[in-house]
Amino acid sequence: MYDIQHESKGLVSHGVNACAGCGLELIARNTMEVLGENTIVVIPPGCGSLFSGYGAGAAMKLPGFQGNLENTAACAAGIRAALNAKGDKETTVLAFAGDGGTVDIGLQSLSGVMERRDKVLYICYDNEAYMNTGIQGSSSTPYQASTTTTPTGKPTERKSLMEIAIAHDIPYAATASIHNLRDFRRKVQKAKDTNGPSLIHIQTPCPTGWRYDPARSVELARLAVQTGAWILYEYENGKIKVNMKLKNLKSIEEYIKPQRRFRHLSQEDIEELQETVKKNYQRIMDRLEYMEGTV
Amino acid sequence: MQKQQEKHMSKLKKYSVLGPVATTFTASDTGSWRLERPKVVFEDCIKCGICAQVCPVDIVEIRKDEKECVVFNFDYCKGCGICANECPKKCIMMVPERSEV
Repeated sequence: MYDIQHESKGLVSHGVNACAGCGLELIARNTMEVLGENTIVVIPPGCGSLFSGYGAGAAMKLPGFQGNLENTAACAAGIRAALNAKGDKETTVLAFAGDGGTVDIGLQSLSGVMERRDKVLYICYDNEAYMNTGIQGSSSTPYQASTTTTPTGKPTERKSLMEIAIAHDIPYAATASIHNLRDFRRKVQKAKDTNGPSLIHIQTPCPTGWRYDPARSVELARLAVQTGAWILYEYENGKIKVNMKLKNLKSIEEYIKPQRRFRHLSQEDIEELQETVKKNYQRIMDRLEYMEGTV
Repeated sequence: MQKQQEKHMSKLKKYSVLGPVATTFTASDTGSWRLERPKVVFEDCIKCGICAQVCPVDIVEIRKDEKECVVFNFDYCKGCGICANECPKKCIMMVPERSEV
């Protein structure tokens, strides 16, 4: 039934219409390679739907469909229920949504899945705005970043998806970054083996939306971790583990200088942003260390 | 769009499908987007394979026992330059497309 017209190394086609230097393409390839053929994928509209199909052509050798933005997790839970009714416990159900489809629009259905303990693997690729529709600000856009709906910089801080997931006390949740793919693949494998809902929140540099040279995608992901703008940690069965503890944070200027979404900032604004990032990093680290000690 | 798909699917008598369904596994001609192409200085290459790992399009192949040890598939390379930026030996250069350097 499925007509293969293209030879590819893995499960994802080589000619995907994602922008040059897209971090999402790297994430999709590595995820599908770890999960293998026995997987059903649900992808809401967005950049990720380039993989699920456009017209008659698709870019993945996996079954799946494109749901609506607000019910990705609910669709995945329905597929899981049908598989359970057939007695199939092996097949992985993957929901692969962007930050808009997760922290803004799809939050209620994700919360339902986490509460009902359905065995669904949810990956949120966070490119920090609605990139596919033309760079509108989402609630995952960082403080001071310019988008078409926040042209002078976003006035508020971002929502913390991980802390929402930890509040639901799910078996496995983790943040990841594309500069350490081995760590990301280990986390996907762990999430696949978890019996219950699992969530991976991964930062995805986007050359079009963040407005930088496509060659620096992986470099910027690394800088985000080194400056404290993105924190790598995992939550497993009530235990917190910080993957990368930093003694000295790099200056935030190194991270925001190549990105033109931060170019409206004056020197004072940059200092304020540096203070905010440092304070936020310290706040989360203190909380994580507290949880590490007590639970 | 739905009609187009129904026409396509009606050839398969066994399945009844409504609505748009992707039935072919294809690839776009992303090689035509390229403005710059990667070029490797093979003498400096240490064959670590980092370029193959970070390539978003997954078209880099490392051939350890050959002289030209890094092979790109230029049918799909978008010329983003991540391989050149991440190379620890800095032995990948981005040269303009259609130049004979």
